[in-house]
Parts: sequence; C-alpha cells; structure tokens
Amino acid sequence: MKTSGKKGLGIIGRVVIALLALGYAYILLRGLIDNPVLFLQQVINGFQLGFVYALIALGYTMVYGIVRLINFAHGDVFMVGAFVSYFAVSYYGVTRLKVLEVFGSTLGPVVGTGLVILMAMAVCSAMAVTIERVAYKPLRNAPRISALITAIAVSFFLEYFASLDFVFTSNFIIYERPFDLIVWSPIPGVTISNIMVIIVVASILFLLFLQYIVHRTKMGKAMRACSYDKPTARLMGIDVDQVISFTFALGAALAGAGGVLYAIAYPQLIVFMGIMPGLKAFVAAVLGGIGNIPGAFVGSLIMGQAEVLSAGYISTTMRDAIAFTILIIVLIVKPTGLFGEPEGQKV
Amino acid sequence: MNKRTIWIIVAIVVLLAIAAAVVIGTGVLRPRVALAKVAIVAPMTGDVSTFGLSTKNGAEMAFEEWNAKGGVNGAKIEWVVGDDRCDPQEARNAANKVIDQDGVKFIVGAVCSSASIPISDVANPKKVLQISPTSTNPQVTLDKDGKVKPYTFRACFIDPFQGTVGAQFALNTLGAKKAAVLKDVGNDYVKGLAEYFEAAFKAGGGEVVVSEAYTKDDTDFSAILAKVASAQPDVLYLPDYYNKVSLIAKQAKEKGINVPMVGGDGWDSPDLDLEAVDGGFFTNHYSPEDPRPAVQDFVKRYKEKYGDVPDALATLAYDAANMLLQAMSDAKVNDPSVVKDYLKKIKFEGVSGTITLDENNNPIKSAVILQVKDGKVSYKETVNP
Repeated sequence: MKTSGKKGLGIIGRVVIALLALGYAYILLRGLIDNPVLFLQQVINGFQLGFVYALIALGYTMVYGIVRLINFAHGDVFMVGAFVSYFAVSYYGVTRLKVLEVFGSTLGPVVGTGLVILMAMAVCSAMAVTIERVAYKPLRNAPRISALITAIAVSFFLEYFASLDFVFTSNFIIYERPFDLIVWSPIPGVTISNIMVIIVVASILFLLFLQYIVHRTKMGKAMRACSYDKPTARLMGIDVDQVISFTFALGAALAGAGGVLYAIAYPQLIVFMGIMPGLKAFVAAVLGGIGNIPGAFVGSLIMGQAEVLSAGYISTTMRDAIAFTILIIVLIVKPTGLFGEPEGQKV
Repeated sequence: MNKRTIWIIVAIVVLLAIAAAVVIGTGVLRPRVALAKVAIVAPMTGDVSTFGLSTKNGAEMAFEEWNAKGGVNGAKIEWVVGDDRCDPQEARNAANKVIDQDGVKFIVGAVCSSASIPISDVANPKKVLQISPTSTNPQVTLDKDGKVKPYTFRACFIDPFQGTVGAQFALNTLGAKKAAVLKDVGNDYVKGLAEYFEAAFKAGGGEVVVSEAYTKDDTDFSAILAKVASAQPDVLYLPDYYNKVSLIAKQAKEKGINVPMVGGDGWDSPDLDLEAVDGGFFTNHYSPEDPRPAVQDFVKRYKEKYGDVPDALATLAYDAANMLLQAMSDAKVNDPSVVKDYLKKIKFEGVSGTITLDENNNPIKSAVILQVKDGKVSYKETVNP
C-alpha cells in the first residue's frame, strides 16, 4: 500500500484531524453559548495557568535555541524557586521585615513579594549556571543524546536529593502566601483574584524584560548570533561560553519567578512539583516552535487554555490526555511547531 | 584453562549465587521461633505522612505497654515498621518485605484503603493476620466475590456508614438541598466514600448538582471549581485526604465558594489547612474532647509520651494493636490461624468505643462529627449506627 510518503499526512489523516478539531470546537462553542459567563471564567483561569507555563517554557526554548539541549532539569529549577520563596516567607519572614513598613500596608506586601521573587530568581540563576558548568559544559561536543541523558540525570538528582529528610523531605508542605488574598467579582459569576492579576502582570513584565534583553542589548544580540551559528559567532569575537551561561541564568531566573507565582496560586509544595508543569511547558515550547521565543509564549497560552477548557467542558480526568493530544495533532500538521522554522541544511 | 572451563566455572558460581539469594531471601532455612513478631505498615513518607507517624506512635505505645507487662503469651513483642506511602504498589512491596524478609505473622496496617487492599491480597494466602486501624473501604475485608477475607480485620467503621453519616448531617443539620462532590478517581477510599455520600444524599431527598473527578497529581482545580461555583450548591463534599483537601479548599475560597465543606476521616491531620476549610465539618472516629475516662486517660498518656494530642489515626492504631494483642492473649498461642478465630468474636473496650465485629470482620461503631472553626477543630455531635 502506498504510504503518504514525505508529505506526512494522507487524506484519511487529514479528515480525522479535521473531524476531531471540529468536534472540539463544537463542544466549546456549545459551552460558550450555554453559559457565556462560565466560559469567560474558564478562559481567565486558562490564562493564569498559561502565563505561568510561559515563564518556564521560555527557559526551555532559549536554552534549546542556543545549545540545542532540552534541559530536563528546568522543571526542577522551577521547584527550587518555589521552595526558596517558601523559606524566604516562612522561615526568614522576608515579607514581614520591619524595613518594609516604610512602604505602608498596601505597598509593603507588594515590595516584600517582589523581594521574595528576586531572591528566588537569584538562587535559581546561580544554581542553573552551576549545573551548566558542572554537567553540560563538558559535554558540549559530545553527541546530543549524551547531554540529554545528563539533563535527565540532573533532574532526578535534584528531585531525589531534595526529597531527603535533611533537605526538603518528600512530604507536602503548605505554602504561606506572601500577601493576602483578595477576591472580587466584576461581573456576577466571574471571580478574579489578586493572585491572578499578579501572575498575569508579573509574567507580562518579565516577558517584556526578556524581549528588551534579546533585542535591545548587546548580550541579546550575541545570544541571537549564537543561536544561528556558534562557530561563526565565536569568530566574530563573541565569548560563546559566557553567552551560554547567561542564557541558562536568564532562563532559570524566569523559571524561578514562575515557581514563586505557581506556589502562590497553588499553595502546596512537594519536591516533585516541577515534573508536570515542566513537562507541559516543554510541550508548549515545542508547540510554539522550539527555539522561538514568541512561539514559546503563544504555545504556553494555548496549552493553558487547552488544559482548562478540556477540564471544564470535556473531562476533568482526561484534561492532560486531551491537551497532549492537541500537541500531537499540531505537530503532525506542522512538525516544526507553530512558529518554528525547519533546521536548514548548512552547506 | 581453556575458554570452556572458564564458562563452566562462571556458570557454577552464578548458580550458587542465585541459590544463596533464594535461600536467604525466602528465609527457608531460618529457624522458626514462636515469637510475637508484628509489623506496622503505614505511610511514613509521602502525601499523608502525618497519618503514618500517628499510626506508628499509637501502635508502639500499645506494644510497649504490653511488653512492660511481660509481652503476649510469654514472648516479648518485636516489631518492624514498613512504609507504604499510601500507594498500592509500595504497600504490596512493604507487605512482601515484612512477611518474607522479617518473618512477621501479624500486621497492623495500613492506613489508606488503597494500601490495605493489596496488603490483604498478599497476607491472606500467606496466612498472615492483618488488622487495619483506619481503612474504611469495604473492599479491604471483602474480596471481589463478596466473601470475607479470613485473615483481614479492621478497627474502624466502614465507608457506607461514614458516607451516610456525612450525607444525613448535610441534609438535616446543615439543611442542604444541593451538594457538589469532588473525588479522586484513582483512590478507592475517596471514590467509595463519595459514592456512598451521593447515594445517601439522594436517598434523603437532596440533589447532587456537581459530581466531578480529578486525578491524584492535579494541582489546578480552577476549571472544576468554576463549574461548582456556577451550580451554586449548598454544601461541598470533599472526601479526600488532608493534603488535597487543603489545596482544593484554598482554591474554592478564591473562586468565591463560601458554602460549608464536609469531609471524611481523611481530614484528620495536624497538617490540615484550618483556615482554608474554616466553617467545615468532617466525620471521624473519635474526638479528644470526649469526656469518657478511657479517652481522657489515653489522651493524657499520649501527650506525656509524644507531646501532642492524639488524632484519630493514633487512637485507632492504639485500639487496633490492643485488639490484636488481646486476641493473641485469648488464643494463648501466637499463631495467626488460631488468633483469627478469637479476633472474630472479640468484644473489646477501646478508646474509640466498644468494638464488636460483624460477619464481615468490620466493627459496629459510632462516628463523631467534628467542626472546623476559627483555626480549631471541635466536637459537634456523635452519630450512632
């Protein structure tokens, strides 16, 4: 039987995918018409999730863009960020420092939270640079699979080392939020919390900050150059090692911030909490085109929406299965992701 | 030596090693002594580690008290602790390890029904007696055909009763007409309790407006809770363990869901987020505020020994261990096949109440309803079977 060959998708495949997409769209449309307020609420929920995934996905995509390595330990950097904020808030009481009273009672918690996020970002950056120097740099010229396996190993090491009793233990830890929850209902039936607002605002700020770095600074230019062609970049006088370390640090800082925000939204920590969000963010990065920064952002938002809408309108237990199926279908139709370009052959 | 000789030697060494491993592993050659060897199997680590610690404390207190009086049937009680992490696979491994490697004949455990069921499947064929302090799902003592497992017992009431108590409390005391129920489909205890609640709630004239499932690792409940908020129930039933309940309840408050939350004995933990479930109630096995002298005396001794007020897990473990030792003492031999018959007809005065077992090896006991308010857990009422 003649297979569809290089084009990838035969007529039957296309029909099946089209039917699935239509079915999904129909279910969502029905839900929208039946109860538009609930639909709006679910979309808002999806954005909250999507923005957190975006912070993690950016780290994956940037590292891949430059080093061609899928840093599986990234999800665990996210976990470390959340734990650092836990220690900062609960052990050291950073948000309750006397010095913050200078800012008053409304601005004080904001500054305190900002401090906590900065601490998490700093620790995560330092950790990521260390990991890069220790585990990935020696394998820079080895076959890619070696680096991949090392990344997986680092991920397991971080998780299980942290689960030891003298570190974080393998139990659930209740997370104390650095600020109080405020809930309000602009439209009856739609509830927004200040957590949601903070997540969206913080994520957008970080993304703008990232865009600025990548497109308006010399380091950003160096990063982009390295992602096109490392040897030539080296010839142009760019210190590629420094650029790579900087990329890891930047990605980890974002993931650390993402960890803090995730912990604020879902206040229960466990050392394995980075696995699922890390995986979903990776999938989102691939969905948007791995190596492409705006792609990672868009992919994450789509992933967040897919997860929440599938949970809300199809099946709560199959939410992950459906979200990942969407990924598979998108990749079948466009294998390099939504914004990705095929890796051209270099002559 | 030529190559063939080397291979033959290697083969012989390997076979000897395997044989040695088999002998040591199965303990076939170990001398059999009529000790009182018991295992405590509980979730010492994992999602519900406070359950494990309480269970271990309660059981050990009982063992030490008996040992101070000379042990049971002339033998000092020796015990090992197995960790099941409230996971079916880990529970099976733990049971195999304590039975085969440590040679125990009696198991006090497990806490989670999802762990007790695999343990009973391992213990019954090997004729090891198991008494679970807190597993409430009926499938622990009944196999798939509805027949009683001869070597499996428990010290607590079962979920058909607990679910009904919860439902009737919601209907009668809280005056609820519409209920929303959220359950973890992968957990026998949660699923069972939710089903019994729903059946009883509907039988009592109520309407279950939302019945949604989630999986064990879910952290984001915004989608489900948006649906719950939209349906406007009078009560939210969360029959899960304290760690998940804390997470769900917190998010529920964020979604503007302010109705009372009701739950089961899985809520009973010092790690329950009292602020998140404020205004809620849960069904449990005992309350430390019970004025009965047996309870107050136990609470006092437990506090002296461990520094904390005992929760239901510790109390039931204490009762279960004592029930077991009482039956062993009545039987006059430390042989499970004899002890089980004495356990079946036991009438035991425990801290959690008077315990007699029905034909399915399940106790006939009362439940208490505890209220969470202003950061404290207090006693509300007792419900008799």
